[in-house]
Amino acid sequence: MEILLIIIIGLLHAGGLYMLLRRSMFKIIIGLILLGNGANLLIFLLGRLVKGHPPVLPDGAKIFAEIYADPLPQAVILTAIVIGFGLQSFAIILIKTVFKVLETDDLDELNSTDEEI
Amino acid sequence: MILAVLSGFIFAALVPFFSKFFKRTIPFVLCALPILLFIYFISFLNQIELGSYLMFSYSWVPSLGIDLDFRLDGLSILFALMITGIGSLVFLYTANYLKGHQYLDRFYGYLSMFMASMLGVVLSDNLMTMFVFWELTSISSFFLIGFNNEDAASRKSALTALGITGLGGLVLLAGIVILASVGNSYSFTELLGSSDVIKSSSSYHWIIGLVFVGAFTKSAQFPFHFWLPGAMKAPTPVSTYLHSATMVKAGIYLLARFTPLLGDTYWWNGTLVTIGAITMIYAAIHSLFRVDLKSILAYSTISALGILVFLIGIGTEKALLGAAIFILAHALYKAALFLITGIIDHETGSRDASKLAGLQKVMMPVAIAGFIAALSSAGVPLLIGFISKEVMYEATLQLGQWAIILTILIVLTKIFLFVAGFWAGIKPFTGPLPKEFQKAHLPSALLWVPPLLLSVLSVVFGVFPGLLEKSLIQSVFSSISGSATIIDLKLWHGFNTALMLSILTLVVGFAIYWFLQPSEKNFQKTIRFERISPEALTRDFGNIFSWFAGFWTRFFQNGYLRNYVITILAFLTFLMAYRIFIGVKIHIDWDQISTVTPSEIIVVTLMIISIFIAIFSKSRTTSIVALGVVGFANCLFFLFYSAPDLAMTQFSIDTLTVLLFMLILFRLPKNKTYSSKTIRIRDGVLSLIFGTLVAILVLEVFEYPSSTDISKFYADNAYVLAKGRNVVNIILVDYRASDTIVETVVLVIAAIGVYSLMKLDLNPIKKN
Repeated sequence: MEILLIIIIGLLHAGGLYMLLRRSMFKIIIGLILLGNGANLLIFLLGRLVKGHPPVLPDGAKIFAEIYADPLPQAVILTAIVIGFGLQSFAIILIKTVFKVLETDDLDELNSTDEEI
Repeated sequence: MILAVLSGFIFAALVPFFSKFFKRTIPFVLCALPILLFIYFISFLNQIELGSYLMFSYSWVPSLGIDLDFRLDGLSILFALMITGIGSLVFLYTANYLKGHQYLDRFYGYLSMFMASMLGVVLSDNLMTMFVFWELTSISSFFLIGFNNEDAASRKSALTALGITGLGGLVLLAGIVILASVGNSYSFTELLGSSDVIKSSSSYHWIIGLVFVGAFTKSAQFPFHFWLPGAMKAPTPVSTYLHSATMVKAGIYLLARFTPLLGDTYWWNGTLVTIGAITMIYAAIHSLFRVDLKSILAYSTISALGILVFLIGIGTEKALLGAAIFILAHALYKAALFLITGIIDHETGSRDASKLAGLQKVMMPVAIAGFIAALSSAGVPLLIGFISKEVMYEATLQLGQWAIILTILIVLTKIFLFVAGFWAGIKPFTGPLPKEFQKAHLPSALLWVPPLLLSVLSVVFGVFPGLLEKSLIQSVFSSISGSATIIDLKLWHGFNTALMLSILTLVVGFAIYWFLQPSEKNFQKTIRFERISPEALTRDFGNIFSWFAGFWTRFFQNGYLRNYVITILAFLTFLMAYRIFIGVKIHIDWDQISTVTPSEIIVVTLMIISIFIAIFSKSRTTSIVALGVVGFANCLFFLFYSAPDLAMTQFSIDTLTVLLFMLILFRLPKNKTYSSKTIRIRDGVLSLIFGTLVAILVLEVFEYPSSTDISKFYADNAYVLAKGRNVVNIILVDYRASDTIVETVVLVIAAIGVYSLMKLDLNPIKKN
């Protein structure tokens, strides 16, 4: 399973970078989201895969008796997902506004200062 | 003593505040400063004899060995007297020369600052302190050259001068630091004791090389000389003061000062004689092709500085004596000639040596001053210039196998300087007065007294060399040469070779003066050689450099975000690929790999397909949906592998993102392909390599056991300390609570941004 996940991580990174290099702003956001997913999976995988043992203490127990999934990567990813959402939503609104004003989502047409428009 | 050195800075700082109240009288108030200082230094004359010196110490940064130590010996008092003496005359002269100028107060501020810096250079015993003052002279010179700041040529000249002398100063600093580390002290007096250690050390060549660059840039030696003619854009008092009498001699001072410390070695003498000889002959020839009086004087000054370097390079007692007298003689006649040029310029509005003539009819005292100064420059008997020339000739004649060639060089230079001096000091005053200058008249005495005074001094010292001999030149000579030989200055040296050469110089010089007129035509002839002059080469180098910098910057900083990303990632990819290629073995430990269930295979397949659809779909909506599927598949992975919190968060966030996308971008047109096929293939290849590398990297990291100490701490204490059962939650809201608060703030900011962008009502801009 790890091998399959590694392939997916590689694909997400490759696809994310490819989309990041496009001229369309819409595709850049897609690229960002793909990269974000890839990075999250990467961290998750490095915390090792554990099946069926979430880091939650059973009722009554004070410490873990058996193995449990590493909680630290999970906490980090959780933060990343939420922050990623903030970034994505802002970017989505931003390109919408730009599109409304300039009627294009081609980055190369934004390559000028305010005065020249 | 410290007050004497720093008073100029204090004055300069006060001038702007008081100038409003004493607009008219301030020049005269300020003139008191150099005059008082001059008297102050005169009072030390009889205390310094035969190489003795006075020290004045003030603590500054003792922990670094940097102190305000001032050493007053023959050499420094000669310079201090020149700085304050000529300074007094220039201060007085400026009062009238720039009368009514809007920024006169500013000018006096710069002048005082310069005078103080220059005093600091020649008096400092601590080399680091000297360097600080050295750079201050460059800076104040920058302001003075660029005084007419609305003139572009002025600004450019100021920048050139600052560039060359400032750079030279930095090189000098390097030399001083090496010197101090070899000699283990910044104090010149202390270093003098370890002279032999320094000369035999392995870094001796570095030290003298670096010190030479510092001295040559300051004293306008070939090939750094070209800033000096440019610096003539400054008002004439500045040219007089900085660029002939004092600042350009700072390099000479440095070489003379270091002669007992570093001198008398093969490289020291050889380099100085070579550079000095090239400079003196090159500049002397150049001066004959100029028409602008100030240009003629600028080149003859460079030539005179070359002579001084040449004499210090020869390094015999006679040569050093010659240098000591010539420093003074040159300052007296050249300052006079500059001041006279200033008067001519002021009264006639012209500095064209080919046109000016007959001015003695209207300004007799100036003509007398010019006449005497030109004669002293030529080295006519009864003038101090004659004595210095005799000593020089005697010095070169003593040199054995090198005598002939060096004597020819110095005689030739002297002949050319004879002509240049006559052009500047005599030609404008003789012959018939042209019509265009009829209206010129004798200016205020403040203008003509200073040059006349200097010229008279040339005569007095020339006729009675004994006046100088005991009181000044003896101690100057002793401090340069470090020897106790008693010198003997005489007007009459008997019939010897030197006298013959003197007569030859005068006769040939006069013949050239008689037959060669300064003319625009001759000046034009030099223009074709401009291409290969050091100035043009430096400028070309600068242009190429700035073109290259521009090209380099535009190439990398081209404003396209994706090019930055490509540059950074391509470099990173290359580095990683190289590392993996040369030394990483890919090894998979199949025992650690968990088994795959059919449901997982379905999710993986789904995810791969969705990734491709999200990337390549033509329709935005399809892309968004595919992206949603990627997110949900991710969510399932979290669920499979014991991360219910992540699964929940990912699920809700993913849903929100898809919804937002759909609502906002619903009306956008279809995806367009902007880039060409080649670029897409290039990006695709780079991305695939990047993705592969990331995958390999993960595989590699996976091989190493992970450390779980921190996680274990959190898990063990989750209930015990934080009274919670969900460890992930505990980490977020308890252990790392402040992080989470900041994260919330970030989200709030993003929300405010989103809200305000939605409210922002912008009209579409129509492009034409």
